[in-house]
Amino acid sequence: MSLVETKPVRQDTDVVVRLDSVSKQYGAGANALLALDKVSLTVRQGEFVCLLGASGCGKSTLLSLVAGLDEISGGTLDIGGRHVSLMFQEAALFPWLSVSGNVELAMRLRGIGKAERRRRAAELLDVVRLTGFGDKRPHELSGGMRQRVALARALAQDADILLMDEPFGALDAMTRDILHDELERIWREQALTVVFVTHNVREAVRLGDRVVLLSSRPGRVIEDFPVGHARPRRIDSPEVAGQAADITDRLRAEVARHAH
Amino acid sequence: MPTDVKDDAADRLSGLDALELSPARERDLGRRLWRATWPKLLAVGIVIAAWQLVVLSEWKPEYVLPGPATVFGDLATLVTTGDFWEGVRLTMLRAVTGFALAVLIGTVVGAAVSRFAPLRAAIGSLITGLQTMPSIMWFPLAILLFQISESAIMFVVVIGAAPSVANGLISGIDYVPRTWLRVGQVLGMTGFARYRHLILPASLPSFISGLKQGWAFSWRSLMAGELLVIVPGALSVGVRMQQARDLSESSLVISFIIVVLVIGILIDMLFNAADNALRKRWGLTGT
Repeated sequence: MSLVETKPVRQDTDVVVRLDSVSKQYGAGANALLALDKVSLTVRQGEFVCLLGASGCGKSTLLSLVAGLDEISGGTLDIGGRHVSLMFQEAALFPWLSVSGNVELAMRLRGIGKAERRRRAAELLDVVRLTGFGDKRPHELSGGMRQRVALARALAQDADILLMDEPFGALDAMTRDILHDELERIWREQALTVVFVTHNVREAVRLGDRVVLLSSRPGRVIEDFPVGHARPRRIDSPEVAGQAADITDRLRAEVARHAH
Repeated sequence: MPTDVKDDAADRLSGLDALELSPARERDLGRRLWRATWPKLLAVGIVIAAWQLVVLSEWKPEYVLPGPATVFGDLATLVTTGDFWEGVRLTMLRAVTGFALAVLIGTVVGAAVSRFAPLRAAIGSLITGLQTMPSIMWFPLAILLFQISESAIMFVVVIGAAPSVANGLISGIDYVPRTWLRVGQVLGMTGFARYRHLILPASLPSFISGLKQGWAFSWRSLMAGELLVIVPGALSVGVRMQQARDLSESSLVISFIIVVLVIGILIDMLFNAADNALRKRWGLTGT
Protein backbone atom coordinates (compact mmCIF):
# COMPACT_ATOMS: atom_id res chain seq x y z
CA MET A 1 0.00 0.00 0.00
CA SER A 2 3.01 2.25 -0.29
CA LEU A 3 1.39 4.04 -3.22
CA VAL A 4 -1.57 5.32 -1.26
CA GLU A 5 -0.64 8.72 -0.06
CA THR A 6 -2.02 10.37 3.00
CA LYS A 7 -2.35 14.09 2.75
CA PRO A 8 -2.24 16.36 5.76
CA VAL A 9 -5.45 18.14 6.63
CA ARG A 10 -5.20 21.62 5.17
CA GLN A 11 -6.03 24.87 6.85
CA ASP A 12 -7.63 27.87 5.20
CA THR A 13 -4.26 29.62 5.11
CA ASP A 14 -3.38 27.21 2.33
CA VAL A 15 -5.80 28.85 -0.07
CA VAL A 16 -3.95 29.96 -3.22
CA VAL A 17 -6.91 30.91 -5.41
CA ARG A 18 -10.05 32.51 -4.05
CA LEU A 19 -12.97 33.53 -6.22
CA ASP A 20 -15.80 35.29 -4.47
CA SER A 21 -19.00 35.91 -6.48
CA VAL A 22 -16.97 36.43 -9.63
CA SER A 23 -18.96 37.47 -12.69
CA LYS A 24 -17.82 37.96 -16.22
CA GLN A 25 -19.88 39.72 -18.83
CA TYR A 26 -18.96 40.25 -22.47
CA GLY A 27 -20.37 43.26 -24.27
CA ALA A 28 -22.96 45.63 -22.85
CA GLY A 29 -26.64 46.46 -23.12
CA ALA A 30 -29.05 44.15 -24.91
CA ASN A 31 -26.28 42.12 -26.52
CA ALA A 32 -24.43 41.48 -23.28
CA LEU A 33 -23.47 37.90 -22.65
CA LEU A 34 -23.10 36.75 -19.07
CA ALA A 35 -20.41 34.07 -19.17
CA LEU A 36 -19.92 33.60 -15.43
CA ASP A 37 -22.48 34.39 -12.75
CA LYS A 38 -21.34 34.80 -9.13
CA VAL A 39 -18.86 31.95 -9.14
CA SER A 40 -17.28 31.26 -5.77
CA LEU A 41 -14.43 28.80 -5.56
CA THR A 42 -11.31 28.22 -3.54
CA VAL A 43 -8.28 26.17 -4.48
CA ARG A 44 -5.80 25.10 -1.84
CA GLN A 45 -2.06 24.67 -2.05
CA GLY A 46 -1.19 21.37 -3.70
CA GLU A 47 -4.76 20.63 -4.67
CA PHE A 48 -5.87 19.16 -7.98
CA VAL A 49 -9.22 20.70 -8.87
CA CYS A 50 -11.15 19.73 -11.98
CA LEU A 51 -13.69 22.13 -13.44
CA LEU A 52 -16.34 20.23 -15.32
CA GLY A 53 -19.18 21.44 -17.47
CA ALA A 54 -20.92 21.26 -20.82
CA SER A 55 -20.32 23.77 -23.60
CA GLY A 56 -20.89 27.38 -22.68
CA CYS A 57 -20.20 26.99 -18.98
CA GLY A 58 -17.39 29.48 -19.09
CA LYS A 59 -14.66 27.03 -18.03
CA SER A 60 -12.08 28.59 -20.30
CA THR A 61 -13.25 32.08 -19.35
CA LEU A 62 -12.65 31.20 -15.72
CA LEU A 63 -9.09 30.11 -16.45
CA SER A 64 -8.38 33.26 -18.47
CA LEU A 65 -9.55 35.33 -15.52
CA VAL A 66 -7.35 33.46 -13.05
CA ALA A 67 -4.42 33.71 -15.48
CA GLY A 68 -4.97 37.45 -15.70
CA LEU A 69 -5.52 37.39 -19.47
CA ASP A 70 -8.96 38.91 -19.01
CA GLU A 71 -10.62 41.14 -16.41
CA ILE A 72 -13.51 40.24 -14.12
CA SER A 73 -16.75 42.19 -14.34
CA GLY A 74 -17.78 41.75 -10.71
CA GLY A 75 -16.86 40.09 -7.43
CA THR A 76 -13.35 39.50 -6.18
CA LEU A 77 -10.58 37.28 -7.46
CA ASP A 78 -7.52 36.84 -5.30
CA ILE A 79 -4.46 34.78 -6.16
CA GLY A 80 -2.25 36.60 -3.70
CA GLY A 81 0.17 37.76 -6.38
CA ARG A 82 1.10 34.18 -7.21
CA HIS A 83 2.51 33.24 -10.58
CA VAL A 84 0.21 31.38 -12.92
CA SER A 85 0.89 29.27 -15.98
CA LEU A 86 -1.69 28.16 -18.51
CA MET A 87 -1.69 25.20 -20.88
CA PHE A 88 -4.05 24.84 -23.82
CA GLN A 89 -5.59 22.07 -25.87
CA GLU A 90 -2.99 22.79 -28.55
CA ALA A 91 0.62 22.47 -27.50
CA ALA A 92 1.28 25.65 -29.53
CA LEU A 93 5.04 25.15 -29.54
CA PHE A 94 7.02 27.61 -31.64
CA PRO A 95 8.34 25.89 -34.78
CA TRP A 96 11.38 28.16 -35.06
CA LEU A 97 12.73 26.84 -31.76
CA SER A 98 13.95 23.38 -30.85
CA VAL A 99 12.12 21.41 -28.18
CA SER A 100 14.65 22.59 -25.63
CA GLY A 101 14.43 26.15 -26.98
CA ASN A 102 10.68 26.15 -26.41
CA VAL A 103 11.13 25.05 -22.82
CA GLU A 104 13.93 27.57 -22.31
CA LEU A 105 11.92 30.47 -23.70
CA ALA A 106 9.95 30.91 -20.47
CA MET A 107 13.25 31.27 -18.61
CA ARG A 108 14.88 33.41 -21.28
CA LEU A 109 12.11 35.98 -20.86
CA ARG A 110 12.90 36.13 -17.16
CA GLY A 111 16.55 36.80 -17.94
CA ILE A 112 18.00 33.49 -16.76
CA GLY A 113 21.47 32.76 -18.20
CA LYS A 114 22.02 30.35 -21.05
CA ALA A 115 23.86 27.60 -19.17
CA GLU A 116 21.33 27.59 -16.36
CA ARG A 117 18.48 27.53 -18.90
CA ARG A 118 19.90 24.55 -20.74
CA ARG A 119 20.47 22.63 -17.56
CA ARG A 120 16.98 23.33 -16.22
CA ALA A 121 15.32 22.55 -19.58
CA ALA A 122 17.09 19.18 -19.72
CA GLU A 123 15.88 18.53 -16.19
CA LEU A 124 12.29 19.36 -17.10
CA LEU A 125 12.44 17.21 -20.22
CA ASP A 126 13.54 14.38 -17.92
CA VAL A 127 10.49 15.09 -15.77
CA VAL A 128 8.12 14.69 -18.74
CA ARG A 129 10.17 11.69 -19.90
CA LEU A 130 11.50 13.25 -23.08
CA THR A 131 15.15 12.84 -22.20
CA GLY A 132 17.30 13.32 -25.29
CA PHE A 133 14.57 14.99 -27.37
CA GLY A 134 15.80 18.51 -26.64
CA ASP A 135 17.40 19.06 -30.05
CA LYS A 136 14.40 17.81 -32.02
CA ARG A 137 12.00 20.17 -33.74
CA PRO A 138 8.40 20.26 -32.46
CA HIS A 139 7.04 18.84 -35.74
CA GLU A 140 9.18 15.73 -35.30
CA LEU A 141 7.20 14.75 -32.20
CA SER A 142 3.78 13.15 -31.84
CA GLY A 143 0.79 15.04 -30.43
CA GLY A 144 1.18 13.51 -26.98
CA MET A 145 4.89 14.30 -26.90
CA ARG A 146 4.26 17.89 -27.95
CA GLN A 147 1.75 18.25 -25.14
CA ARG A 148 4.40 17.02 -22.71
CA VAL A 149 6.83 19.63 -24.05
CA ALA A 150 4.10 22.22 -23.45
CA LEU A 151 3.86 20.91 -19.87
CA ALA A 152 7.63 21.22 -19.46
CA ARG A 153 7.41 24.78 -20.80
CA ALA A 154 4.66 25.56 -18.29
CA LEU A 155 6.77 24.08 -15.47
CA ALA A 156 9.72 26.18 -16.64
CA GLN A 157 7.74 29.27 -15.69
CA ASP A 158 8.09 28.20 -12.07
CA ALA A 159 4.48 29.15 -11.55
CA ASP A 160 2.68 28.51 -8.26
CA ILE A 161 -0.50 27.50 -10.01
CA LEU A 162 -0.82 25.45 -13.18
CA LEU A 163 -4.01 26.01 -15.14
CA MET A 164 -4.86 23.45 -17.81
CA ASP A 165 -7.55 24.06 -20.42
CA GLU A 166 -8.58 20.65 -21.78
CA PRO A 167 -4.93 19.80 -22.36
CA PHE A 168 -5.58 16.24 -23.50
CA GLY A 169 -8.78 16.96 -25.44
CA ALA A 170 -7.19 16.44 -28.84
CA LEU A 171 -5.36 13.20 -28.02
CA ASP A 172 -6.41 9.59 -28.58
CA ALA A 173 -7.70 7.58 -25.63
CA MET A 174 -4.55 5.49 -25.19
CA THR A 175 -2.23 8.49 -25.13
CA ARG A 176 -4.59 10.40 -22.85
CA ASP A 177 -4.72 7.51 -20.42
CA ILE A 178 -0.93 7.38 -20.15
CA LEU A 179 -0.67 11.14 -19.85
CA HIS A 180 -3.12 11.05 -16.92
CA ASP A 181 -0.66 8.79 -15.11
CA GLU A 182 2.18 11.13 -16.03
CA LEU A 183 0.38 14.27 -14.94
CA GLU A 184 -0.60 12.66 -11.63
CA ARG A 185 3.00 11.65 -11.03
CA ILE A 186 4.40 15.07 -11.90
CA TRP A 187 1.75 16.82 -9.80
CA ARG A 188 2.83 14.76 -6.79
CA GLU A 189 6.56 14.95 -7.37
CA GLN A 190 6.56 18.69 -8.00
CA ALA A 191 3.89 19.50 -5.40
CA LEU A 192 1.90 21.47 -7.97
CA THR A 193 -1.44 23.17 -7.56
CA VAL A 194 -3.53 22.34 -10.61
CA VAL A 195 -6.82 23.68 -11.94
CA PHE A 196 -7.84 21.40 -14.78
CA VAL A 197 -10.74 22.15 -17.11
CA THR A 198 -12.45 19.33 -18.99
CA HIS A 199 -15.80 18.21 -20.32
CA ASN A 200 -14.86 14.56 -19.82
CA VAL A 201 -16.42 13.37 -16.55
CA ARG A 202 -14.24 10.29 -16.14
CA GLU A 203 -11.12 12.31 -16.76
CA ALA A 204 -12.21 14.74 -14.06
CA VAL A 205 -12.85 11.95 -11.51
CA ARG A 206 -9.65 10.17 -12.55
CA LEU A 207 -7.50 13.22 -11.82
CA GLY A 208 -9.18 15.55 -9.35
CA ASP A 209 -9.17 15.85 -5.59
CA ARG A 210 -12.39 17.71 -6.24
CA VAL A 211 -14.68 17.96 -9.25
CA VAL A 212 -16.47 21.28 -9.51
CA LEU A 213 -19.53 21.05 -11.73
CA LEU A 214 -20.52 24.23 -13.56
CA SER A 215 -23.84 25.08 -15.20
CA SER A 216 -24.05 26.51 -18.70
CA ARG A 217 -25.07 29.99 -19.84
CA PRO A 218 -24.37 31.53 -17.48
CA GLY A 219 -21.69 29.53 -15.71
CA ARG A 220 -22.47 28.93 -12.06
CA VAL A 221 -21.12 26.40 -9.60
CA ILE A 222 -23.76 23.66 -9.26
CA GLU A 223 -21.95 21.31 -7.01
CA ASP A 224 -18.50 20.58 -5.64
CA PHE A 225 -17.82 16.83 -5.49
CA PRO A 226 -14.95 15.61 -3.32
CA VAL A 227 -13.13 12.65 -4.87
CA GLY A 228 -11.67 10.41 -2.19
CA HIS A 229 -10.39 7.43 -4.12
CA ALA A 230 -6.86 6.29 -3.43
CA ARG A 231 -4.16 7.30 -5.91
CA PRO A 232 -2.83 6.34 -8.33
CA ARG A 233 -6.21 5.77 -9.89
CA ARG A 234 -7.28 4.07 -13.05
CA ILE A 235 -9.84 5.64 -15.33
CA ASP A 236 -11.61 2.26 -15.72
CA SER A 237 -11.70 1.34 -12.01
CA PRO A 238 -15.20 0.70 -10.55
CA GLU A 239 -14.90 3.59 -8.05
CA VAL A 240 -13.96 6.13 -10.69
CA ALA A 241 -16.60 4.83 -13.09
CA GLY A 242 -19.25 4.80 -10.35
CA GLN A 243 -18.71 8.36 -9.23
CA ALA A 244 -18.39 9.50 -12.84
CA ALA A 245 -21.83 8.00 -13.52
CA ASP A 246 -23.35 9.97 -10.64
CA ILE A 247 -21.79 13.22 -11.82
CA THR A 248 -22.83 12.49 -15.40
CA ASP A 249 -26.45 12.20 -14.28
CA ARG A 250 -26.20 15.58 -12.63
CA LEU A 251 -24.59 17.05 -15.76
CA ARG A 252 -27.27 15.58 -18.03
CA ALA A 253 -30.02 17.10 -15.90
CA GLU A 254 -28.25 20.44 -16.29
CA VAL A 255 -27.92 20.10 -20.06
CA ALA A 256 -31.59 19.05 -20.37
CA ARG A 257 -32.59 22.32 -18.69
CA HIS A 258 -31.52 24.08 -21.92
CA ALA A 259 -33.74 21.90 -24.13
CA HIS A 260 -36.62 24.33 -24.68
CA MET B 1 6.94 -3.04 -5.67
CA PRO B 2 6.48 0.63 -6.40
CA THR B 3 9.64 0.90 -8.49
CA ASP B 4 8.35 -1.73 -10.88
CA VAL B 5 5.13 0.18 -11.35
CA LYS B 6 7.12 3.30 -12.11
CA ASP B 7 9.30 1.57 -14.68
CA ASP B 8 6.19 0.11 -16.26
CA ALA B 9 4.78 3.56 -16.72
CA ALA B 10 8.02 4.78 -18.28
CA ASP B 11 8.09 1.79 -20.63
CA ARG B 12 4.50 2.32 -21.69
CA LEU B 13 5.22 5.92 -22.46
CA SER B 14 8.43 5.39 -24.38
CA GLY B 15 6.79 2.49 -26.25
CA LEU B 16 3.98 4.77 -27.30
CA ASP B 17 6.45 7.49 -28.32
CA ALA B 18 8.37 5.01 -30.45
CA LEU B 19 5.18 3.87 -32.18
CA GLU B 20 4.03 7.38 -32.89
CA LEU B 21 7.26 8.66 -34.37
CA SER B 22 7.47 7.97 -38.07
CA PRO B 23 10.59 6.06 -39.06
CA ALA B 24 13.21 8.18 -40.77
CA ARG B 25 13.26 7.80 -44.51
CA GLU B 26 16.52 7.79 -46.40
CA ARG B 27 16.59 8.61 -50.03
CA ASP B 28 19.37 8.60 -52.53
CA LEU B 29 20.57 12.14 -53.24
CA GLY B 30 21.56 11.35 -56.82
CA ARG B 31 18.13 10.00 -57.65
CA ARG B 32 16.43 12.99 -56.07
CA LEU B 33 18.60 15.39 -58.06
CA TRP B 34 17.89 13.52 -61.27
CA ARG B 35 14.16 13.50 -60.55
CA ALA B 36 14.22 17.28 -60.10
CA THR B 37 16.46 17.91 -63.10
CA TRP B 38 15.20 15.85 -66.00
CA PRO B 39 11.85 17.67 -66.45
CA LYS B 40 13.74 20.96 -66.62
CA LEU B 41 16.20 19.60 -69.20
CA LEU B 42 13.31 18.24 -71.23
CA ALA B 43 11.53 21.62 -71.15
CA VAL B 44 14.69 23.42 -72.32
CA GLY B 45 15.09 20.82 -75.07
CA ILE B 46 11.52 21.34 -76.28
CA VAL B 47 11.92 25.13 -76.38
CA ILE B 48 15.17 24.87 -78.37
CA ALA B 49 13.61 22.38 -80.77
CA ALA B 50 10.58 24.64 -81.34
CA TRP B 51 12.89 27.61 -81.91
CA GLN B 52 14.92 25.61 -84.42
CA LEU B 53 11.70 24.62 -86.25
CA VAL B 54 10.62 28.25 -86.53
CA VAL B 55 14.03 29.13 -87.94
CA LEU B 56 13.83 26.22 -90.42
CA SER B 57 10.39 27.38 -91.54
CA GLU B 58 12.10 30.58 -92.76
CA TRP B 59 9.43 32.75 -91.16
CA LYS B 60 12.05 35.45 -90.75
CA PRO B 61 15.45 35.74 -92.42
CA GLU B 62 18.41 34.25 -90.48
CA TYR B 63 19.97 37.63 -89.73
CA VAL B 64 16.76 38.70 -87.89
CA LEU B 65 16.01 35.43 -86.12
CA PRO B 66 19.16 33.32 -85.88
CA GLY B 67 18.97 29.64 -84.89
CA PRO B 68 20.01 28.15 -81.56
CA ALA B 69 23.38 27.01 -82.87
CA THR B 70 24.37 30.54 -83.93
CA VAL B 71 23.12 32.10 -80.70
CA PHE B 72 24.78 29.59 -78.40
CA GLY B 73 27.98 29.95 -80.41
CA ASP B 74 27.91 33.72 -79.94
CA LEU B 75 26.93 33.31 -76.28
CA ALA B 76 29.90 31.00 -75.72
CA THR B 77 32.23 33.62 -77.21
CA LEU B 78 30.53 36.38 -75.22
CA VAL B 79 31.04 34.77 -71.84
CA THR B 80 34.79 34.42 -72.46
CA THR B 81 35.23 38.21 -72.75
CA GLY B 82 36.14 40.33 -69.75
CA ASP B 83 33.87 43.13 -70.98
CA PHE B 84 30.85 40.91 -70.60
CA TRP B 85 31.65 40.05 -66.98
CA GLU B 86 32.30 43.71 -66.26
CA GLY B 87 28.75 44.41 -67.48
CA VAL B 88 27.30 41.60 -65.38
CA ARG B 89 29.23 42.86 -62.35
CA LEU B 90 27.84 46.39 -62.79
CA THR B 91 24.28 45.15 -63.26
CA MET B 92 24.44 42.80 -60.28
CA LEU B 93 25.93 45.54 -58.13
CA ARG B 94 22.97 47.77 -58.99
CA ALA B 95 20.52 44.92 -58.40
CA VAL B 96 21.94 44.00 -55.01
CA THR B 97 22.23 47.61 -53.84
CA GLY B 98 18.73 48.46 -54.99
CA PHE B 99 17.26 45.32 -53.49
CA ALA B 100 19.04 45.85 -50.17
CA LEU B 101 17.70 49.41 -50.00
CA ALA B 102 14.23 48.17 -50.87
CA VAL B 103 14.39 45.52 -48.13
CA LEU B 104 15.51 48.10 -45.58
CA ILE B 105 12.78 50.59 -46.49
CA GLY B 106 10.11 47.93 -46.96
CA THR B 107 10.85 46.37 -43.57
CA VAL B 108 10.76 49.67 -41.72
CA VAL B 109 7.54 50.76 -43.45
CA GLY B 110 5.93 47.33 -43.01
CA ALA B 111 6.77 47.17 -39.30
CA ALA B 112 5.48 50.71 -38.76
CA VAL B 113 2.24 50.07 -40.65
CA SER B 114 1.47 46.89 -38.74
CA ARG B 115 2.31 48.55 -35.43
CA PHE B 116 0.25 51.74 -35.73
CA ALA B 117 -3.39 51.43 -36.74
CA PRO B 118 -3.79 55.01 -38.06
CA LEU B 119 -0.77 54.55 -40.28
CA ARG B 120 -2.29 51.38 -41.69
CA ALA B 121 -5.57 53.17 -42.38
CA ALA B 122 -3.59 55.93 -44.09
CA ILE B 123 -1.17 54.05 -46.33
CA GLY B 124 -2.11 50.36 -46.09
CA SER B 125 -3.96 50.29 -49.40
CA LEU B 126 -1.47 52.69 -50.97
CA ILE B 127 1.24 50.06 -50.52
CA THR B 128 -0.82 47.49 -52.39
CA GLY B 129 -1.56 50.10 -55.06
CA LEU B 130 2.14 50.83 -55.51
CA GLN B 131 2.79 47.12 -55.83
CA THR B 132 0.55 46.88 -58.89
CA MET B 133 2.09 49.94 -60.60
CA PRO B 134 4.18 48.97 -63.65
CA SER B 135 7.62 50.26 -62.71
CA ILE B 136 8.30 51.66 -66.17
CA MET B 137 5.71 54.35 -65.35
CA TRP B 138 8.12 55.84 -62.84
CA PHE B 139 11.02 56.48 -65.23
CA PRO B 140 9.85 59.78 -66.72
CA LEU B 141 9.51 61.22 -63.22
CA ALA B 142 12.73 59.59 -62.03
CA ILE B 143 14.64 61.14 -64.94
CA LEU B 144 13.17 64.57 -64.20
CA LEU B 145 14.06 64.22 -60.53
CA PHE B 146 17.51 62.68 -60.83
CA GLN B 147 18.48 63.23 -64.49
CA ILE B 148 20.20 60.39 -66.31
CA SER B 149 21.98 58.90 -63.31
CA GLU B 150 22.38 55.86 -61.11
CA SER B 151 19.97 57.51 -58.66
CA ALA B 152 17.18 57.49 -61.24
CA ILE B 153 17.58 53.74 -61.70
CA MET B 154 17.84 53.11 -57.94
CA PHE B 155 14.72 55.18 -57.31
CA VAL B 156 12.63 53.00 -59.61
CA VAL B 157 14.16 49.74 -58.39
CA VAL B 158 13.41 50.62 -54.77
CA ILE B 159 9.91 51.89 -55.40
CA GLY B 160 9.17 48.74 -57.38
CA ALA B 161 10.42 46.29 -54.75
CA ALA B 162 9.81 47.91 -51.35
CA PRO B 163 5.98 47.55 -51.39
CA SER B 164 6.26 43.76 -51.84
CA VAL B 165 8.69 43.50 -48.95
CA ALA B 166 6.45 45.66 -46.75
CA ASN B 167 3.33 43.69 -47.67
CA GLY B 168 5.06 40.37 -46.95
CA LEU B 169 5.96 41.55 -43.47
CA ILE B 170 2.51 43.06 -42.82
CA SER B 171 0.60 39.93 -43.78
CA GLY B 172 3.07 37.79 -41.83
CA ILE B 173 2.39 39.83 -38.71
CA ASP B 174 -1.37 39.85 -39.34
CA TYR B 175 -1.56 36.10 -39.60
CA VAL B 176 0.40 35.06 -36.54
CA PRO B 177 -1.81 32.24 -35.16
CA ARG B 178 -3.96 33.25 -32.20
CA THR B 179 -2.79 30.31 -30.12
CA TRP B 180 0.80 31.52 -30.39
CA LEU B 181 -0.25 34.99 -29.32
CA ARG B 182 -1.98 33.50 -26.27
CA VAL B 183 1.11 31.49 -25.40
CA GLY B 184 3.10 34.71 -25.68
CA GLN B 185 0.70 36.34 -23.24
CA VAL B 186 0.93 33.43 -20.82
CA LEU B 187 4.73 33.56 -20.98
CA GLY B 188 4.51 37.25 -20.16
CA MET B 189 5.83 38.67 -23.43
CA THR B 190 5.32 42.39 -23.81
CA GLY B 191 6.70 45.21 -25.92
CA PHE B 192 9.99 44.53 -27.63
CA ALA B 193 10.35 40.96 -26.29
CA ARG B 194 7.02 40.10 -27.91
CA TYR B 195 8.36 41.24 -31.28
CA ARG B 196 11.75 39.67 -30.82
CA HIS B 197 10.57 36.26 -29.62
CA LEU B 198 7.17 35.87 -31.23
CA ILE B 199 5.93 38.28 -33.89
CA LEU B 200 9.06 38.53 -36.04
CA PRO B 201 9.99 34.83 -36.12
CA ALA B 202 6.35 33.87 -36.65
CA SER B 203 6.07 36.16 -39.68
CA LEU B 204 9.28 34.89 -41.28
CA PRO B 205 7.69 32.60 -43.94
CA SER B 206 5.51 35.41 -45.25
CA PHE B 207 8.45 37.83 -45.09
CA ILE B 208 10.55 35.50 -47.23
CA SER B 209 7.87 35.28 -49.91
CA GLY B 210 7.71 39.07 -49.78
CA LEU B 211 11.48 39.20 -50.35
CA LYS B 212 11.19 36.80 -53.25
CA GLN B 213 8.49 38.84 -54.91
CA GLY B 214 10.38 42.04 -54.14
CA TRP B 215 13.45 40.66 -55.87
CA ALA B 216 11.42 39.80 -58.98
CA PHE B 217 10.06 43.35 -59.12
CA SER B 218 13.46 44.96 -58.57
CA TRP B 219 15.09 42.79 -61.25
CA ARG B 220 12.41 43.74 -63.75
CA SER B 221 12.62 47.42 -62.86
CA LEU B 222 16.38 47.30 -63.17
CA MET B 223 16.27 45.80 -66.66
CA ALA B 224 13.74 48.41 -67.79
CA GLY B 225 15.94 51.06 -66.24
CA GLU B 226 19.11 49.90 -67.95
CA LEU B 227 17.41 50.07 -71.34
CA LEU B 228 15.90 53.51 -70.74
CA VAL B 229 18.38 55.33 -68.53
CA ILE B 230 21.73 54.91 -70.20
CA VAL B 231 24.30 56.40 -67.87
CA PRO B 232 27.38 57.40 -69.88
CA GLY B 233 30.33 55.09 -69.31
CA ALA B 234 28.33 52.47 -67.41
CA LEU B 235 28.26 49.50 -69.78
CA SER B 236 25.73 47.36 -67.96
CA VAL B 237 23.97 44.28 -69.36
CA GLY B 238 21.02 46.41 -70.51
CA VAL B 239 23.26 48.93 -72.28
CA ARG B 240 25.18 46.20 -74.08
CA MET B 241 21.90 44.69 -75.21
CA GLN B 242 20.74 48.06 -76.50
CA GLN B 243 24.03 48.46 -78.40
CA ALA B 244 23.54 45.03 -79.96
CA ARG B 245 20.10 46.09 -81.13
CA ASP B 246 21.50 49.33 -82.59
CA LEU B 247 23.96 47.22 -84.57
CA SER B 248 21.16 44.81 -85.58
CA GLU B 249 23.01 41.91 -83.98
CA SER B 250 20.01 39.69 -83.29
CA SER B 251 22.13 36.83 -82.09
CA LEU B 252 23.72 39.02 -79.40
CA VAL B 253 20.32 40.41 -78.32
CA ILE B 254 19.01 36.89 -77.80
CA SER B 255 22.21 35.98 -75.96
CA PHE B 256 21.61 38.79 -73.48
CA ILE B 257 17.99 37.71 -73.05
CA ILE B 258 19.28 34.27 -72.13
CA VAL B 259 21.81 35.77 -69.71
CA VAL B 260 19.13 37.84 -67.94
CA LEU B 261 16.85 34.82 -67.79
CA VAL B 262 19.55 32.60 -66.32
CA ILE B 263 20.48 35.18 -63.68
CA GLY B 264 16.81 35.50 -62.73
CA ILE B 265 16.44 31.75 -62.41
CA LEU B 266 19.61 31.39 -60.34
CA ILE B 267 18.52 34.05 -57.86
CA ASP B 268 15.06 32.52 -57.68
CA MET B 269 16.67 29.20 -56.83
CA LEU B 270 18.48 30.87 -53.92
CA PHE B 271 15.20 32.20 -52.54
CA ASN B 272 13.54 28.82 -53.00
CA ALA B 273 16.38 27.12 -51.17
CA ALA B 274 15.92 29.51 -48.23
CA ASP B 275 12.17 28.96 -48.31
CA ASN B 276 12.52 25.18 -48.42
CA ALA B 277 15.05 25.14 -45.60
CA LEU B 278 12.62 27.11 -43.46
CA ARG B 279 9.67 24.88 -44.33
CA LYS B 280 11.67 21.81 -43.50
CA ARG B 281 12.75 23.28 -40.17
CA TRP B 282 9.18 24.19 -39.28
CA GLY B 283 7.70 20.92 -40.49
CA LEU B 284 5.56 22.54 -43.16
CA THR B 285 6.59 20.19 -45.95
CA GLY B 286 4.19 17.61 -47.31
CA THR B 287 6.28 14.53 -46.55
